[in-house]
Amino acid sequence: MTLHRAAGGLRILRYTLPERTIHWLAALTYCYVLLTGLAFYTPHLYWLATLLGGPPTSRFWHPWIGLLFFLAVLWMLRTWIADMRITSVDRAWGRAIDHYIRNEDEALPPVDRFNLGQKYFFWVMLWGGALLLISGAVLWFPERIPWGLRGIRYAAILLHVAAALLTIGAFIIHVYMGTAMVRGGFTSIIRGEVSPAWAKAHHRLWYERVTGR
Amino acid sequence: MSSAALRIQKISGHSGPVPGQDTQRQQKVAKLIDTTTCIGCKACEVACLEWNDLPFRETVFDNTYQTMPETAWNYWNLIKFNEHERTDGSFQWLMRKDGCMHCADPGCLAACPAEGAIVQYQNGIVDFQQDNCIGCQYCVTGCPFNIPKFNPQTKKVFKCTLCSDRVSQGLEPACIKACPTGCLHFGTKDDMKELGQSRVQQLKEHSGYSNAGLYDPPGVGGTGVMYVLHDITNPEAYGGLPANPRVPLSVRLWKGPLKWLGNLAMVGGLIGVTMHYLRFGPKQVEDDKGEHE
Repeated sequence: MTLHRAAGGLRILRYTLPERTIHWLAALTYCYVLLTGLAFYTPHLYWLATLLGGPPTSRFWHPWIGLLFFLAVLWMLRTWIADMRITSVDRAWGRAIDHYIRNEDEALPPVDRFNLGQKYFFWVMLWGGALLLISGAVLWFPERIPWGLRGIRYAAILLHVAAALLTIGAFIIHVYMGTAMVRGGFTSIIRGEVSPAWAKAHHRLWYERVTGR
Repeated sequence: MSSAALRIQKISGHSGPVPGQDTQRQQKVAKLIDTTTCIGCKACEVACLEWNDLPFRETVFDNTYQTMPETAWNYWNLIKFNEHERTDGSFQWLMRKDGCMHCADPGCLAACPAEGAIVQYQNGIVDFQQDNCIGCQYCVTGCPFNIPKFNPQTKKVFKCTLCSDRVSQGLEPACIKACPTGCLHFGTKDDMKELGQSRVQQLKEHSGYSNAGLYDPPGVGGTGVMYVLHDITNPEAYGGLPANPRVPLSVRLWKGPLKWLGNLAMVGGLIGVTMHYLRFGPKQVEDDKGEHE
């Protein structure tokens, strides 16, 4: 069952092993394309490509690892599509988001398994990833785009960097919240478990749904 | 093709000043191609392959004189044969030796993220340094003339070097050397402009080409390869020579304002989350040990 007794008290299973695996596959592949991408983005960070095995190697793997990242996100979509739908509960939570930012969580309406911020993060990574994949395919094989359609290449350059920056913004917030801000969140995506109190505080509707209380 | 004797003026993917930039004055060099006296003999193509030690590549027969549609990674100099119909219905050959234009403001160099993969020498030659090339092909997108070509085996990009190795030793490029009609000229940019203009005058006054002109497009800051055209108002007729080539706007935006916006956003994001932590701190949930059921 989702609830079980452990040394430190009751624990609730929040992320199954396949869910954690796919999260970390997406995380690692994203970090790789982020670092190599930043190396190609500015000369000031070109040394990142040197650290990661040399610029030609980074250029060779960047699109392949990017593809792997997108496949991981697609797998997440398959796993979490029901949990990621934005509901009226989320919209109410969104209207009270000021309280969330100020850590006045008691003033927030209860939410299900994911809150609106988590859902937005997921959809930004999915759609941003799709845009990166489409524009990236053009940048991967520019000579396949006929000269007469070179406008597509020009658009792809801007689209790739714009979509990348969008995901980077979301990524910064996600990492900050997952590690520093929401205590217990990082352990949950490593070991998969949270305490009932954590579940009640952050995802009361989910807590009630899975425990039946 | 590295040429130690040539001083460097611009380096791709380079932050900060270029070492040795402007410490020495060097004459800008240029190639002048007079399309009105080109006979399409392809001696320049063969000389280019010979000098640069490139194998002859497969040709494509399409019922014209065109041996292949465009330049290739190992074929940097290609005559474009254009069967042109004049307004009076008569036929005219427009033959243009296609290759790198050696722009003063090179779009390939602007787009290149790899430090030192593309350099511009003080004499104006734009040269690819394959040792530093990472094979990303951004130069392919940055070039308004469709010149840089990718070798999928070595994952490097190639194009005409303007024989920088020969020029650094005081020789003219191989194609110039081979031209039997003298339609190819090489010298300082100023001299070539003057020569080109005098030929244009001649064409206008003696041959009835009232639209003759010198192709030295200002959109890319002028080029190190200039053409004398019978009709400067219609360069597209010469196998797609662009009327007003420019470094693509998206490359300019991406390497200019968008990059700074992006940098600001990323640094702003990092500062933002740090300030949030300092101001509001973490969300801590008191573990209720009473929950033992």
